[in-house]
Parts: sequence; structure tokens; C-alpha cells
Amino acid sequence: MNDKLTDKDLFEGFRDPKVVGYLKEEIDKEAAKLDKPLRLMEVCGGHTHTIMKYGLNQIMPKNITFIHGPGCPVCVMPKERIDHAYILSMQPDVILVTLGDMIKVPGSNGSLQDARSKGADVRFVYSPMDTLGIAADNPKKKIIFFAIGFETTTPMTAALIKQVENLKIKNIFFHINHITVPEPMRALLADPACQIDGFIGPSHVSVITGSKIYEPFPAEYGKPVVVAGFEPVDVMQSVLMLVKQVNEGRCAVETEYTRSVTREGNTTAQNMIDHYLRKRSHFRWRGIGDIPESALELRPEFEHLDAEKIYADILPTESIDDHKLCICGDILKGLAKPNDCKVFGTACKPSSPLGSCMVSSEGACSAYYKYGNLL
Amino acid sequence: MNQTIQLADGNGGEENNKLINAIFFEAYGNDILRKNEDAAVIEEGTLAFTTDSFTISPIFFSGGDIGKISICGTCNDLAMMGAKPTYLTCAVMIEEGFAMDDLKRITASIKTELAKNGAQIVSGDTKIVPKGSVDKIFINTSGVGKIAHKGISSNNISENDVIIVSGDIGRHGAAIFANREGIDISTTLQSDCASLWPVVEKLLSGGITPTAMRDATRGGVAAVLNEWSKQSKICIEIDEVTVPICDEVKGICELLGFEAYNLANEGTFVLAVKKDQAEQALHILRAHELGQNATIIGEVTQRYTERVVLRSEYGTSRFLDLPTGELLPRIC
Ligand code: SF4
Repeated sequence: MNDKLTDKDLFEGFRDPKVVGYLKEEIDKEAAKLDKPLRLMEVCGGHTHTIMKYGLNQIMPKNITFIHGPGCPVCVMPKERIDHAYILSMQPDVILVTLGDMIKVPGSNGSLQDARSKGADVRFVYSPMDTLGIAADNPKKKIIFFAIGFETTTPMTAALIKQVENLKIKNIFFHINHITVPEPMRALLADPACQIDGFIGPSHVSVITGSKIYEPFPAEYGKPVVVAGFEPVDVMQSVLMLVKQVNEGRCAVETEYTRSVTREGNTTAQNMIDHYLRKRSHFRWRGIGDIPESALELRPEFEHLDAEKIYADILPTESIDDHKLCICGDILKGLAKPNDCKVFGTACKPSSPLGSCMVSSEGACSAYYKYGNLL
Repeated sequence: MNQTIQLADGNGGEENNKLINAIFFEAYGNDILRKNEDAAVIEEGTLAFTTDSFTISPIFFSGGDIGKISICGTCNDLAMMGAKPTYLTCAVMIEEGFAMDDLKRITASIKTELAKNGAQIVSGDTKIVPKGSVDKIFINTSGVGKIAHKGISSNNISENDVIIVSGDIGRHGAAIFANREGIDISTTLQSDCASLWPVVEKLLSGGITPTAMRDATRGGVAAVLNEWSKQSKICIEIDEVTVPICDEVKGICELLGFEAYNLANEGTFVLAVKKDQAEQALHILRAHELGQNATIIGEVTQRYTERVVLRSEYGTSRFLDLPTGELLPRIC
């Protein structure tokens, strides 16, 4: 045997069918003891993707269902902000840099893909740091980094801001759309109709923030949270942990993803974010609506880098709502499933989404469309 | 449809099909073109005829170069129709300033690959364009081949057939991506770029009468299976655990969030073969260097017609869709 770590070790053990099968039996045993059905929300789109891709919903006992959460950063971005990206990219002296997930998301004039085919210079990068090279190669252009993502990608944006400040780079600007996880969870629970009994907490977000951010949920709302990794074994294990909590009459924050998550998280990253960014007073979430303090913006000291301020004249602020028939809000609260929507798979498809849940493969509607729900 | 052409319109998947149907078929579609086979079958089923253009970046990659791929691509399209590649044309568009040594390397590859197919280039064209008009070099090849076995068609697959892949999937797409992104966890990963006629010839002379064959280029195995399911009005059910994928490709998919089913291949093909010939076909494939990892990966049913179903090891199943959106720009 070769004991060198290889790329195989990234995934192999966490997909073992024997382990998944064993966990399924354990979940079945615990589920038999439940006196009412359990509806668990996986907050993060990465988990939705895993559940649908591996069909884990198909091997759940009848009294456990998944409610697919709002955790896909491009899905919940309101249309008016997608329009910002489009408008900025169409400025003649601008190169818009963003992450690949943004490419297909349609705004009111089209997507960044459309903008590019009309001559806009749009670059998709895997790492925000690639922006530095683009700026150096194009000294006469203004490079705008359109920053998206939850707490997972925020540190990378902060690190880029730090470089731009330290190196006094004059041609990189920022349009910040970073959002945070706990606030939408609260917003969903605030609706009395909401059907969520417990949460599967995000993996990568929690590596940065630590599991402490979920402590209010058991304490204030009586909802257990288990922070889970992204692989099938992780998701199964976390379901088992949640059912056990319920059966044992406990309600707490637990971590399944112990290989990476601590209570405190990555404090260096947290401090760096804090130095450059602060909470916005409110942010509109596509499919949910306005949520106070659920997103970040540049601190006033760094206003000179803020594309939202610099280009305020050309960036619309009026909110644009989703299609009237769209029921994403109900899907997020567990009141409906994607196939309950009248336009699911007909007028609304991944290539022409009418609502947020169809936008990326991490959205519930898109995952249903792509993978089917072959029960 | 969009007002302007986008990169996703050339992805070998959903958008690409839409463009072909709405614009090209609409303008000059005919019975032969609309069959949508790898190569057109003409002259009472005796000849296969096809064309392909190559714009790959980088032009030299591990496992091949733009010269090799431009011969493999066209010859393989002929081979997939059971035709022996015979005569090719080759047109090159070269950007001003292109290195002469690189051109020589490319033409040397072309020569080598032609020999493997027993084909010749009998007509050519050269265009030199100002800097910036093309990226380094684009090549178009067209070819005709003599059909050795008639009746191969992706419109006739039935429940009597099983689905075979000739080798592990996704290597070309993954290698190009690794080359381009400078990912070096996979230094050993090479494109599968290869000429398929020699192995197809072995199958045919061994008495195999394939129902359909297709090289899983742009859009990967997912595109081939989806097109087949639609063209033959069948459901193709794949057992995920049987699909051969090498560790390097799995690793790259993991890092970049791809599915190996969507990644391009340039020397791996999919076959639909009658059940009673399946073992013999595997035997012949595995005896050839290009088919050592050949495996039966699935069966044909009527469960969800015109769809492809992936059955997992967990006893769950899901659809495998046509790839959508922008995959890797310029992989062939
Ligand atoms: S199918 Fe489309 S319109 Fe319907 S709920 Fe989902 S995203 Fe909204």
C-alpha cells in the first residue's frame, strides 16, 4: 500500500456505500421512534446538491424530509444587483472580474454571458487573487471585482482588499455582495407557517465562522443544528445526529464535520473581514425579501474602493421582483416542493429561470430539474 | 434565443443543439443532415462524409496537439459510422507571427495520425490572417470513408442492446483543463486523443455488428447518451459504479466541480451492441490497447423514455442531463 496522500483521499471514504447503507439502517431505527414527522432544512446549497446528486432523499424514511434552504449565493441575489454587474461590465473602461457561478444568472437585460458577447470584458476567476494579475496587465482599465458568496468566500475578498490597500493599487475596485448565514435562518423561522424542525448547518461557512454562530437557534428557537460536511456520509451522519437529539429530548448545536469545524472558527479570517467590511443595515434576498443585517459592505474608510458608491449614478436601486407564479419563498419555508410550482420545468428551466431556486444547480428547483426526483 | 452568439452555444449540449436546430437546420436542413449522425451516409450507404474544425487551446497538450486531434476527430467520426477513413481535406488558418517550428511539429503529428488511419490528405487550403484574427492556428478537416459495415445508426437502439464504453472517461477534457489551469496534482494525466479506426476495424472483422457507435467528444458521455435516448426514443440506465473513471479525472472533477460524464473524450467511444454480442465485443476491445478498460455500463429500458438514468451504489437513481452552459472553452 502506498500511504502517500493522493487526490483520491479528497472523497473516497465519505462516499462508501457500505457506510451509507449502515447509516440508513440506523436512521430508520431512530425514525421509527419519532412521534411526529421531522423536516430538516439543509441551509447550504452544497448540501442540496449532495442530497439530490446522490439521491439521499430517496433513502430517507417516510417521516423525514429535507427542506432545501437559501444557501446558494447567486440564487438569492436580487435581480437589481445582477443588473449592477451587467451595467458595470458594459462600461467601456471596465473589466469586471467575478466567480464562475455568476456567468449564467440572468438580470433584466441579460446575463454576464450576454454582456460578454456584446463586447463587455468579463473575466471569471477561481481565486479573487487572480484579479491582481488582471489589474497589472491592464493598467489603463478599471478592474471591478464583483464579490459574491457567504462567509466562505468573504475572507478571500478581504485578503484581496488588503493587497490592494497595502500595494496602493489604483485600478481595482469592489462591488460587495457578501451575505451571511444566520440572518436568513432567523427570517425563515420568524414566519409562523414555517415547517422547519432542525437544521443541517453549512460546512465551509462554519470552518470560517465556527459553530458558535448557530448557538441562538437551539437557545432561542428550540431548533437543533448539526454542522455537516459535504459528502454523502456526512449528510447521513448529520441526519442521524439530528433524529437522535429529538428522540433523546435534547436540542443543541453539534458538529459532524469535526475534521474542519471548531466552535470559534478561523479568528484570523474573521478579524481581517472585520477590518475591511461591516454589516449592511439591510439586504434584499431573492425569494425571501428584505433581511436586516444579512450582508456586508465596505467600511467608510475604504469608500474610495467601493464601486457601488463610485458608480452610484448609473446603478439602479429600485427592487425587481420575481415572477408572480414563483413560489420559491414557500419552498424555502418547507411549505411546498419545486414540482408544486405551476411553471416548474415548463416556463421555468435552468436555461431561463423565473425564480431564484432555478438559477444554479444548488437551488432546489434546479436540482430537482437536473437530477429528477426518481422515487 | 439570445440576440448574440455566446460561448455556451457551442458546448455540445443543450444550447448547442438549440442553435443547430433553430438556425442551421432551419435554413438548410435536409433528410441526411437531420439524421444528426457523426458522419453523413451518402451514395446508397457506401460512403461516409464528415467535417470538423479545431480551435483547441493550448495547441500542444499532454497526449496530443492540434494536428493530431484534427485528424483523429474527423477520422473517428467516419469510423463511428463503420467507415474506413480514406481521403481528407485540410484547411489551416494561421495567425501572423506563428512560429514555423510549431507548424512543423503540427504537420508531423498530422502525418503520423494519417498513417494510423491509412488515409491521405488530398486537398488543402491555407489562410494567413492578421494578428488577433484567430488565436494562433485553427484547422478544419473534412473526410470521406468507405463504409465497411452498413446500418450503424443512433436512431435504432432498442432494449436488445447494452451500452459499452471503450475506456475510462473524461481524460481529454480533464487534461486540457489541468494544462490550462496549471493544476499539477495530475502530472500523469494525458488526453485520450487517439485514432479509433484500428480498433473499430477489429470489432467489425470480428463479426460484431454494432447498433450505434459514437466518440464521446464535446459534451462527453452525457451528451452521447442523451442524444441516443432521444433519437431512438429509449431510456438508457447506467450503473454508476461500473463507469470507468481514473483517479486523476475524479480528483480534477472534485476540485473544479465537474462531472466526468460531461468532460470531453477524444479516443473513447460509446457503443450500443446487441446483448448476444456484448461479451465478444468486450473481448475484442480489451485485446486492443485503446480498449483495455472497456466495460458494459448500462442497459436500455422504457422507464423514462428520452432520458438517461444513473443508478447509484446506494440504490438511488437520478437523471443524467445534457450538459448546459459554458463548459471548458475550446477543447477541440
Ligand atoms: S420552478 Fe421557477 S418559478 Fe417555480 S418556484 Fe422554482 S424558481 Fe420559482
